[in-house]
Amino acid sequence: MAQSSMPHVQSGSAAPAKSRHTRFVWTRISRHGQLYFFLLIPLVFLAVFKYAPMFGLQIAFRDYNIGLGVWGSKWVGLKYFRTFINSFEFPRLLGNTLAVGVYTLLVGIPCPIILALSINSCRSRRFGKTAQMMTYAPYFISTVILVTIVMQFLAVRGGMLNNIRAMLGMSSINLMARPGAFRHIYVWSDVWQRTGYGAVIYIAALASVNPELYEAATIDGASILQRIWHIDMPSVLPVAVILLIMNCGSIINVGHEKVLLLQNPLNQETADVISTYVYRIGITSAQYSYSSAIGFFNSVVSIILLLTANFVARRVSETSLF
Amino acid sequence: MTGARIAHNRPVHVKLDARDKWFHTINFIFLGLCIIIIAIPLLHVVSQSLSSPSDVLNGRVTFVPVNFTVKTYGYVLRDKNIMSGYRNSLYYMAVGTAIFVTLTILAAYPLSRRDLFGRKTLLFLFTFTMLFGGGMIPTYLVVRQLKLLDSIWALVLPNAISAYNIIIARTFFQTSIPGELYEAAEIDGASDTLVFFRVVLPLSASIIAVMVLFNAVWLWNMYFDALIYLNTSSKYPLQMVLRNIMTSAQVQSAMVEATGKVASTEMLALTEALKYTTIVCASVPVLALYPFIQKHFTKGIMIGTLKG
Repeated sequence: MAQSSMPHVQSGSAAPAKSRHTRFVWTRISRHGQLYFFLLIPLVFLAVFKYAPMFGLQIAFRDYNIGLGVWGSKWVGLKYFRTFINSFEFPRLLGNTLAVGVYTLLVGIPCPIILALSINSCRSRRFGKTAQMMTYAPYFISTVILVTIVMQFLAVRGGMLNNIRAMLGMSSINLMARPGAFRHIYVWSDVWQRTGYGAVIYIAALASVNPELYEAATIDGASILQRIWHIDMPSVLPVAVILLIMNCGSIINVGHEKVLLLQNPLNQETADVISTYVYRIGITSAQYSYSSAIGFFNSVVSIILLLTANFVARRVSETSLF
Repeated sequence: MTGARIAHNRPVHVKLDARDKWFHTINFIFLGLCIIIIAIPLLHVVSQSLSSPSDVLNGRVTFVPVNFTVKTYGYVLRDKNIMSGYRNSLYYMAVGTAIFVTLTILAAYPLSRRDLFGRKTLLFLFTFTMLFGGGMIPTYLVVRQLKLLDSIWALVLPNAISAYNIIIARTFFQTSIPGELYEAAEIDGASDTLVFFRVVLPLSASIIAVMVLFNAVWLWNMYFDALIYLNTSSKYPLQMVLRNIMTSAQVQSAMVEATGKVASTEMLALTEALKYTTIVCASVPVLALYPFIQKHFTKGIMIGTLKG
């Protein structure tokens, strides 16, 4: 996705001193004037809804007051960052966020690869196709519905888990009320929903493998497992590395949408993550400066993680995002 | 589709040795298990929605409907909130998709032209937003400042530009429309706008289909933006209505659990059953289309990732 998407800034619009050069640039621009007209509306949207909020982030360093506006509010420097880092909630929030993020990453990277390899080496064409289609389906279910299904599945009354436990003669349990279970519920419901979707890209990578490699390996007496290990694995690895790097950036951005729905007063201890805290402080209690500071802290950490992962990957595997 | 190609390419005349036979058996069982794990929760929900409420509440339903009834569907279809949620969702989806796709194509076409001056800088302006953004609160403040709160525009406009979608569409234009075509058009004296409408758009039906589906599904499933930007319950999309049913039902059942009172069991049973029916109703539009749109989604992912 982003391999080509991060070009280095070029001095395309640098203003040259020579008037001849200026005229040259102007001819190049005016010859495609209509193309710039096409870009006009998207650029306005980009400026208003993407870049204006970035400038609005400065309220993290100010005491934001609605009456005074963003630029008029008093500058307070790192006050809110200090408040957050020194708050008693900070270690818990950071710990929960990293735990859920790293757990998601460790499980979420290998699962789609395994599924893709399995579908790719399936001998029945029909069955492989059916498996791909079935596993892909949950991706289209919304977060609200997914969480409802999870809750119903684990419900004390009439939930499937407890029905099965009752059949086996075990007492019923309420996993939603157990702080220790939250991370597993979050991660494994994610696996259920996204593994098929994640496998698509690996299946595409496997489809581009030269079939002559398989033939040569078979003639040389390689078993299927050996073919998977020596032919399939090397062809999915670059894709996996790219996805790993991108997901490292999002370790700390654990999706507030799903966590927010899975939260309840009983599992709050492990289910409270930074992004839901931002929502609670910012939207519910309207502490705009403080919550912006936390959000900013989050973004900076995620960029650092992304760049670190990219650096390590470039050194180790010669594959990297940029 | 991909499994097929490889299966064909594999030499069929080579006899399977014993190790490979074992592998295929285990692989077959593994894939079968995957299918079952995906299907069970879905089947469970559907059969709950078709069973009588009291059997649902008492946990007598697993995979097959017990005391088959479609009564709860009648309740759902008559429920004012759910129906207005349905209407709102459809409306947001239609308007939003139209705006998203138009803006995506408008941005992607010029950015795909290699002769556009300053193209790399412009592209960087878009892709930078994938790496860094203002975040929830500053975006909220911008939306509030523009007086968009509590309207459809708060849901649609801030999300209209997606760098990811623009890159997918741009990659499609670059790879499927040859540069010579533009040169030929220029020699013939056709303007860039004319080329866009006469040449590029007719060749881009497939990428437009991909974009429409990506965005329509996203808009249909969205709830968080509605949660922070909308205050009037009559404007809630279906996902928000569903969320509210879910949370209120949770509170109700917790109250019954805590007090042990069974006075409202019938009420509780109905809410429980309604939940399943609403889940089914809310996912039907997407899941019914799924077999047809899956191909396009796969294509979109591949354009966006491998060729990008």
